[in-house]
Amino acid sequence: MSIKIKTFAALSCALALSFGVASTAQAAGANAVSAKNAWVRWLPNNLPAAGYVTLVNASDKPVDLVDISSNDYGDAMLHQTVSNGSSQKMVMVDKLTVPAHGQVAIAPGGYHVMLEDAKHKIAPGDTVHLTLKFSDGETLDTPFAVKSPAQTK
Amino acid sequence: MFPIFSFRHPHTHLTSSHGLRRARLLALTIVLGALTALAGCTHRQETWQLTNVTGHLPDLDFTLTGDDGRAVKGDAFKGRTSLVYFGYTHCPDVCPETMGRLMQVLGKLGPDAQKVRILFITVDPARDTAQALREYVGAFDSQHAEGLTGTDWQIESLAKRYRVTYQMEKRDPSGNYEVTHSSAVYVFDSQGHARLLATDHDTPDAIARDLRRIIEDRS
Repeated sequence: MSIKIKTFAALSCALALSFGVASTAQAAGANAVSAKNAWVRWLPNNLPAAGYVTLVNASDKPVDLVDISSNDYGDAMLHQTVSNGSSQKMVMVDKLTVPAHGQVAIAPGGYHVMLEDAKHKIAPGDTVHLTLKFSDGETLDTPFAVKSPAQTK
Repeated sequence: MFPIFSFRHPHTHLTSSHGLRRARLLALTIVLGALTALAGCTHRQETWQLTNVTGHLPDLDFTLTGDDGRAVKGDAFKGRTSLVYFGYTHCPDVCPETMGRLMQVLGKLGPDAQKVRILFITVDPARDTAQALREYVGAFDSQHAEGLTGTDWQIESLAKRYRVTYQMEKRDPSGNYEVTHSSAVYVFDSQGHARLLATDHDTPDAIARDLRRIIEDRS
């Protein structure tokens, strides 16, 4: 009796383990690029807000971020702040390459995701979702933490 | 002594020429370079972390509209150190980043932050009403920050006075537009004299250190 129980326990453990391994492997296989430190700097009055995130590429091939969309905003676009001497302007960016086994930061003063026309009331403390589309055909649904503008990082 | 900039009316931006804009930016770079060079001549016992512009820019003097909708003069800010920043609210990256850094500076100053005011002067008066500015600066710090707007002429002449460049960009199909602008922060002492210029390369620590000296300087 006790042996049977032990066998059953061992079996279920092995089963659980194999499921665990399988799901991990699947996640790694599905997306070369993962996102970390994703946040939005909220501004009042429905003003355009900026989204920031660090993209990490675990694969051995460079992958381009080619499109951004969101159910929370009417418009989500990748922009770059370009410094020209002492003044700065924003330019649209078509794609952003995440190097093989490397990362790229969409961070203040460099790149930002310009978020316009919020589809519902968004406030600091909320989480919004952005869908990032990559050149390898994969998409990444990424939660972004909405922060007050007085909070940097 | 300094080249004077010609400012076109913001609404003529559709005819903007890259050459002109570039020339103006170049001129500003030369001005900043000259200010830095001049700053080197004024010898002090201790050097500043920021760019010293003492004696090279006019005093804080303006008539604008405060974020409460009332007319306000530059004199009203005497008695406190003023950090003047020219920006606009429809600016998702640089302006809030600069304001966020100034919030960090205030945090580092501790109780001395009471002796400092941040003046956010819009270069986009068409969209930035007093009410919009009030809500914008309030999202950062309604206690230490104040938004200022004015007529196109008031803003243009003030920008010219402090050699700030700004340029409306082309409107997108929905009528939105961006404004290219310089992101320097001007530091005026409690007497209203222009003292320092902070750029986005200056860390909150460096800004706080120099500000403390300006606040303590009672001369």
